Parts: sequence; structure tokens; C-alpha cells
Amino acid sequence: MKTGRIHSIESLGSLDGPGIRTVFFMQGCNMKCLYCHNRDSWDCRGGEVISTGEILSAVKSYRAYYGHTGGVTFSGGEPLLQSDFLLEVVTGLKDMGVHCAIDTSGSLYNGNTERLIDQTDLVILDIKHSDPHMYRTLCGSDGSASFRTLEYLKKSRTPYWIRQVIVPGYTDSFQQIDMLKELIMGKKSPERVELLPYHDGGKDKWISLGQQYPLEAIGSPPSDLMSVLRTRLTSPS
Amino acid sequence: MREEWRDFKGGPWTEGISVSDFIKSNYRSYDGDESFLMGPTIRTQSLNSKFKDLLKKESENKGVLSIDRDKVSSLLSYEAGYIDRESEIIVGLQTDQPLKRGVNPFGGIRMARDACTAYGETLSEEIENHFRFRTTHNDGVFRVYDEEIKTLRKSGLITGLPDAYGRGRIIGDYRRVALYGVDLLIDGKKQDREILSKGHMNEENIRSLEELFRQIDFLKKLKEMAALYDCDISNPAKNGKEAVQWTYFAYLAAIKEQNGAAMSLGRVSTFFDIYFERDLNEDSVTEVGIQEMIDDFVIKLRCARQLRTPEYNELFAGDPMWITEVIGGMTVDGRSMVTRTSYRMLQTLYNLGSSAEPNLTILWSEKLPSHFKKFCARISIDTDSIQYENDDLMRPLYGDDYGIACCVSAMRIGEEMQFFGARCNMAKTLLLALNGGRDEITGEYTGPQSEPLNRGALTYEQVRSQFSIYLKWLCGKYVNAMNIIHYMHDKYAYEKIQMALHHTEIKRYMAFGIAGLSVAADSLSAIKYAEVTPVSDETGLITDFEIKGDFPQYGNDDDRVDSIASELTEEFISLLRETETYRNAEHSLSILTITSNVVYGKKTGSTPDGRKRGEPFAPGANPMHNRDSKGALASLNSVSKIPYECCRDGISCTFSITPDTLGRDGQTGRDNLVNILDGFFKKKGHHLNVNVFHRKTLEDARDNPHKYPNLTIRVSGYAVNFHKLNRQQQSEVISRTYFGRF
Repeated sequence: MKTGRIHSIESLGSLDGPGIRTVFFMQGCNMKCLYCHNRDSWDCRGGEVISTGEILSAVKSYRAYYGHTGGVTFSGGEPLLQSDFLLEVVTGLKDMGVHCAIDTSGSLYNGNTERLIDQTDLVILDIKHSDPHMYRTLCGSDGSASFRTLEYLKKSRTPYWIRQVIVPGYTDSFQQIDMLKELIMGKKSPERVELLPYHDGGKDKWISLGQQYPLEAIGSPPSDLMSVLRTRLTSPS
Repeated sequence: MREEWRDFKGGPWTEGISVSDFIKSNYRSYDGDESFLMGPTIRTQSLNSKFKDLLKKESENKGVLSIDRDKVSSLLSYEAGYIDRESEIIVGLQTDQPLKRGVNPFGGIRMARDACTAYGETLSEEIENHFRFRTTHNDGVFRVYDEEIKTLRKSGLITGLPDAYGRGRIIGDYRRVALYGVDLLIDGKKQDREILSKGHMNEENIRSLEELFRQIDFLKKLKEMAALYDCDISNPAKNGKEAVQWTYFAYLAAIKEQNGAAMSLGRVSTFFDIYFERDLNEDSVTEVGIQEMIDDFVIKLRCARQLRTPEYNELFAGDPMWITEVIGGMTVDGRSMVTRTSYRMLQTLYNLGSSAEPNLTILWSEKLPSHFKKFCARISIDTDSIQYENDDLMRPLYGDDYGIACCVSAMRIGEEMQFFGARCNMAKTLLLALNGGRDEITGEYTGPQSEPLNRGALTYEQVRSQFSIYLKWLCGKYVNAMNIIHYMHDKYAYEKIQMALHHTEIKRYMAFGIAGLSVAADSLSAIKYAEVTPVSDETGLITDFEIKGDFPQYGNDDDRVDSIASELTEEFISLLRETETYRNAEHSLSILTITSNVVYGKKTGSTPDGRKRGEPFAPGANPMHNRDSKGALASLNSVSKIPYECCRDGISCTFSITPDTLGRDGQTGRDNLVNILDGFFKKKGHHLNVNVFHRKTLEDARDNPHKYPNLTIRVSGYAVNFHKLNRQQQSEVISRTYFGRF
């Protein structure tokens, strides 16, 4: 039986997938997003060690709440960093008949990524930025893996959602939104597209780790801008 | 069959008294949605606005509008009273004016006197004189209490004993008056008296005979009371309006006669529905008319008041009456008991506005119609006014015509009653054990003397066995105190009208309670899994604890500590059972604090779990604030493990959640709440208070954190406990709108 590392468990998730979700936040991340809310999830040696059996038994104790719609979501950190472990876990969960979702940046592309996408019931893909150059500025690494993951999702049978955080000065331009629209166009469209307003709720975690918070002077995008961007993204071009 | 019973299906209920049989033979379940419901009429709105003006005046006047200081409250003490005589459909007030409070000194004259004084009135000389020559319940109890019980009471090891006020928690079967009329009820009681009269005149029989005499006397007074409102209730109700009115008169008589802590209503909605269905078939009423009656009935219930002292209100904040009405549930043979009137009763929360009273309680079963489940969830999200209890857990034990007294106490209506009895402070008892019998705050001996465990790190086995010794001693004292209280309550403040609406032979429960269960469980867990060293003052009294290392905390679905909480309840109920009860009542136990968790905390020193002296306990069976780190369902799972078979008087859990956490939009939130309720009750949870807070509530939570123990919020991709955010972050969350919908 394999083991992995988790940052924490949220027993009542209702946004990261349909219905009531048990959310496992996986420990370790390959990205360095300036607005990260879980700065303490980056270190791959941190968190708690957990086995496949322990995850399955936790899910057993929350299963009663799923009804016909809920299930389990793996978020992070970056779950794809522990894809070996997750493949075993997801197989176990599928045997139990539990709905599984992966909430990922898609920034790691290999055979396991494809296998995991094929095994799960839903992928929530967070496209940090639609411009590869700006992607690096915002997240410290290249966006190409993420875009390849998106391409694979368009081919696969697994349903997917698209998410993007709107950070003023980074992702709030019309041009960026138009590029996102371009990216997600294709024959298999996402079930849901969500633009999330940036906020500095993760700041304290940076400070408590002795780090300087990179987006000090930036506030949340105004709600009217959010609606304009949402309309622009969803209106037919 | 009698004319009043036309078109009803007969059965055993026509031969003897059985409202339950009447309901099951005649009700028609409703599986549809809420679209048939009607809003308030202009009449209802205008009456409700008059009532709301009175509420405003009451609140401006320190919470008490006025007091009738000259009369002792009973069925015939006051003239008829009205809010607006011309427009009322259901009539009857406790005194001659709405929200005017009567004086009820039978529980204890001091409480009545102090309450008058607190609100700027003086109890009349006449009442004072009268009670100079009369023994109250309170007098009787204190004639018998020994010093040890008085000390226990004073130190706060046991708090809230009903020895100075009415015990309450008795539900009369008020529906009997509507179904049978008072004359038939009197005949029944007379027959019972004849049978008992032939028996051996031992103490028990003599007491029962005198009680029957008093019950019959008050049934006659009930008729006279209704006559003040120009109603003759000798005979059964002839239609829906009379059924509601007759039932309400019976309830009104109870709250005129008794100022019991909780005066619950029972289970009337589906009973009324049978009459309304017949009215609709006879074309004598419309949906608008029926809703108007229910709205009017509920306005009357919202008028109910008792005169209390400010100290009492500190224990049970918010002037509660616990007019609990249970709605829904299934029959034993598997039919849903939801009717249109179940919906109509809930609809009053929209038509009249949210309210704590009546205390609408959904009896939840997995098999309830899905439309009804969704409607309830919507009501919770919109009003935060209803609570849920597990019908699938209770039905096998109490059948399908039980009610809830107060918050969580189940009993078969008209066949069972309980002797209510406060709660023991379990966390304080643990400290007493560690201190070898000394109170951790005063240093005085309040329990048996033993060697204190005040040197070096505590060992679990030693603490656990010392704790058991003190629990055993306390349970013995507790049962004895309760025996005295209820003997005297029966003798000096007997509930004549409520017991007249019970069978003559009934089953009695004696209901004990525990406060501070989560503090005690976490404290024992700390001692077992971390290193806990007591810090003592110069006299050896433990004042604090040093804790090294982590330990599992109740509220995280962790069996290592959850099992400690369960074991404590098992031990407590078995220790209680070692002492015989008055009138052979069955011992029962609740994990319920209402709002007294704050007062209990105030009276308790620092505990081994790291809680500091004076800090509030968590309410009921809830985990301690901020210790549940895995989110709301982990916390519910821990609570659901407390065994109901040990806590048959109820296990209370309060659940607070933001609409954003519940779901991205109203409909998803509603469906998710249904799944949470299904899940919790499937896992054998007993009771759930559901709060779904909106922005302004969050602002209140920021300023009064203790009111919202486990409020969870989403912070984009992650959820946190609201209290873990600093003030600025809280303000940020309050001002933010969560991501919208595509």
C-alpha cells in the first residue's frame, strides 16, 4: 500500500466539484504563485504522511453525506506531484463507487497525468494565466504543461471545469480574458468556467513562514469588473 | 358516531382515548411541494404589525412590557384578553392584555418577588400574605435538602435544578380537548377514579386519587376559562377552526397554571390537517382561510410569556418558553406523516417573519418526501429558525406519536412525562477529583476528601479511577436531590391541567444532564496522549496545567478521543441507575446546555485541555471552539458517535455555516443541506440546530464570537473557521462577494 503527504482535510467542501466533497489538500507544489493561499503547502517534505487505506477509511466515514451527487476532491498543493499515490487511491475509491475529482494547475504533464485524468470523474483545471510569458511571471514556471493538460482534457472522456483567479495587474485585462476564451474553445467545452476574484486571505501564512508577501499593494478586483470579465468570457464572439 | 366526528374513520379511538389512533386512521400524507401555500392576508399582516409594535415596546421596557402584581396566575384569574378583538380568529391570552405577565409563585415565592423587583414592580401585599401561610415547592425542597446537596448546588457542580421554579418539560395532550371535548375527558377520569378507589389505600394510591380529584377540578375550570371567551368546549370540535381553538385553550390553560421552564406544545399540525381536509371537502373553507387560522394560532403562541428573574435569563438567555411543535416523521408502519398543514405551520416563518417560538422541530427520516426535505432546508437557509431531530432513531423507542419537550427530550404524548433536572458540570467534577474534593476556585471542600493529584505529570489510569470515584459520589447525590425536588413539585406545584391531559397511568422519566462533556473528554485525552502537569498554589490547590505535546481533540472524527466522550456518557448513566428514583421513574440523560455553557464556564477553573479559568464551554455536545480542524462534517461525525441509548434525553448539536460554504447558489446549498441532514442522521446523530448565516450575522459573529462556535467560511479554495481569521480578515470576508455563477 502506498503513502502520500497531505496538508489538511476539509470534510465539508461544496465548491470543488458537485455536491458535498471531502477535500484532501495534498502537500507539495511545483508552482510559486504570487497570490498563493496555501504557502505552507509548497514544501514536498512537509505535511502529514497518509496511506491509501487511511484515505479510504476517512472517505467511508464521510460517505453518508454524499447523497447522489457528492464525493472526494484532491486539491493542493499540486496533486499531480503525487500521481503514483493518487492512482492507487482513486482506484480504491472507484471500487467503492465514490465520485472523484482532481483540482490541479495541470502543470505537470506525463503518462501518469493522462492515466489519472482517465481514472477520475472530474478535473478542475486552474489556468493561472493564458499568456505563457506572463504565466511564468505569476507562477514561477512555464505554462506549457498546463496547456497540454487542457488539450488532453479536450480529447479525453473526463468532464472538466476551468478556473482562473483574477489578479489585478496580472489577469484582469480584456486581452488575457480573450486569450483564455481562445484556449478553452474546442469541440469539448468545459462543464463550468469560473473566474475567482483575488484576495489577500493567504497573506498571514507567508508572514508566519518568515516570507515577504509578494502582492502587498494589490487589492481585490472590483465586483463590477468581475461581471464585465465574466460576460466577456461567456458571450459569443 | 357523534355528529362532530362525521366522515372520520372509526376505530379504537372512538372507544377510549387515543389521539394517535385517530390520526393514523384519518390523516392523508402529502408528498407534493410548497406551491399551494398562501401568503399572509391583509388581516394577518395588520394583526402581526400590532403584535410587533408590542414586541418593540416590550424590548424598550427592559424586556418586560408589564406585570399583573395583584393576581396569582391561573385559569380563571384574568378577564378575557385580546390583541384586536374584532379581527382575531383564534382567541385567548395568558392575562387580560397581550404580553402582560402574570405572577406564579407556586414554584417559589422568592423567584416571583425578585422577578417583580427586577422589573420595577412590587409583588402585592395580598399575594405576599397569602403565601406566608402556604408552602411552595421551593419551601418543601429546602425543608429536606441536606448540607451536602446545598453545597453541591452552590458550588456549581450541579446547576439549574428546578427547585425554585416550575419544572416544566411536561406535554399535555392538548389535542384531546378538540377531539373528545372536555366532558368525555372528565367522564374518563371519573371512571379511573372509581377503579383506583377499589384498590388498597397505600401511599401511592392515595396520591393518585388526590391527583385525579385535582385533574377533574381543573378540567372543569378549563371549560369555564373557554366560556370567558364565549366558547363551549364541553363537546368535541366540529371543524378545523374549533379544533385549533379548543387545542389552544388547553395549551393556554397549561401556561396560565404553570411557569415550567419548558412548556412544549406537542404534535398538532397533522392532527389539525385531518379537520382541514374535511372542511375542504365540505367546501366550508379555502386555503387562504386555513393559512389565516394557522398564522393567527402562531401569533397567539408567540405571545406566551413567563415572569423570570434576570439570573434565570443568564442561564437560559432570550426569554424562551420552548413551545416545541414537532413536524413530520413517519408512522411505525412506514408512512410519511407530512401533511399540507406541516407545510402551513412552517409557512408562518415567512408569513409572520422569523421567530424562535414556537420552536418548530422537524422529525427527520431518510424516507420523508423529498419535496418536504428541500422545503425544510430552504426554511433553514432563509430563517435559521428550525431544528432537526432523528425520527429514525426515536421512532423505534417512542412510537409515532411522540413529542419533544424543550429542545431534545422525546416522550409519547399523553402517555409519558419526565421529571426534569438540570445538569452536572462534568469538567468541574474532574477538577474536584484532581483536587481531592476541594473546589478549584474557593479551595473549600465540596466533595469527599481524598489525596489530591497535584504532584508531577498526571497519569491517565490514576486520574480516570479517581474521576470515577467522584462521579459515582456525585451521581448518588444528584439522584437524591432530584427525588426531593420532584416529590415536592408533585406535592406543592402539581401540573393539574397538563396531567389531566395524560392517561392516568403513565410512564415517567427522570432526566439528568451533563455539561462540559467536550472539555472533560479533551482533558482526559490530553492527560492520556500529551504530558499534563498540574500547577498548584501554596495550599496545594491546582490552579492551572502545563501541557506538553499534542493530543487528539474531540470534533475531528478521531476515535481515540471520541471514544472517551462516549465512555463518559455510558459511565454516567450507569452510575445514575445505581440510585432508585422517585415514583420509579426511568433514568435518562441529556447532553444539552442551552445557553448555560457560558455560565458553566465562568464557574469552572482552568482545565487540563488548555481551556483557561472562566472561558465558556462549548454548547451541548459540540466540540470546543476552534478545536475542530477538519471542517464541519468531521465535527458532526464526532458528535454522532455519542450513543443515544445512553443519552435518551437527547444529544444537542449546534451547526453554523455560511451560505457560501453550503453551496455556490441557493438551490445547491439547499440540496447540500438535505444531504448533510441525511448523512448526519444516517450516522445516528440525534439533534441538529442549523444556522446558515448571512453577512450581517458574520458581522455579529466578529463582535460576539462565543455566539457562533463553529462558523466555517470559504477563503477561495480553502475553508477556515471564522474565528481563526484576524479582525481585518474577517472584515474582508464580510465585504467580499464569493465567485458568481456562470
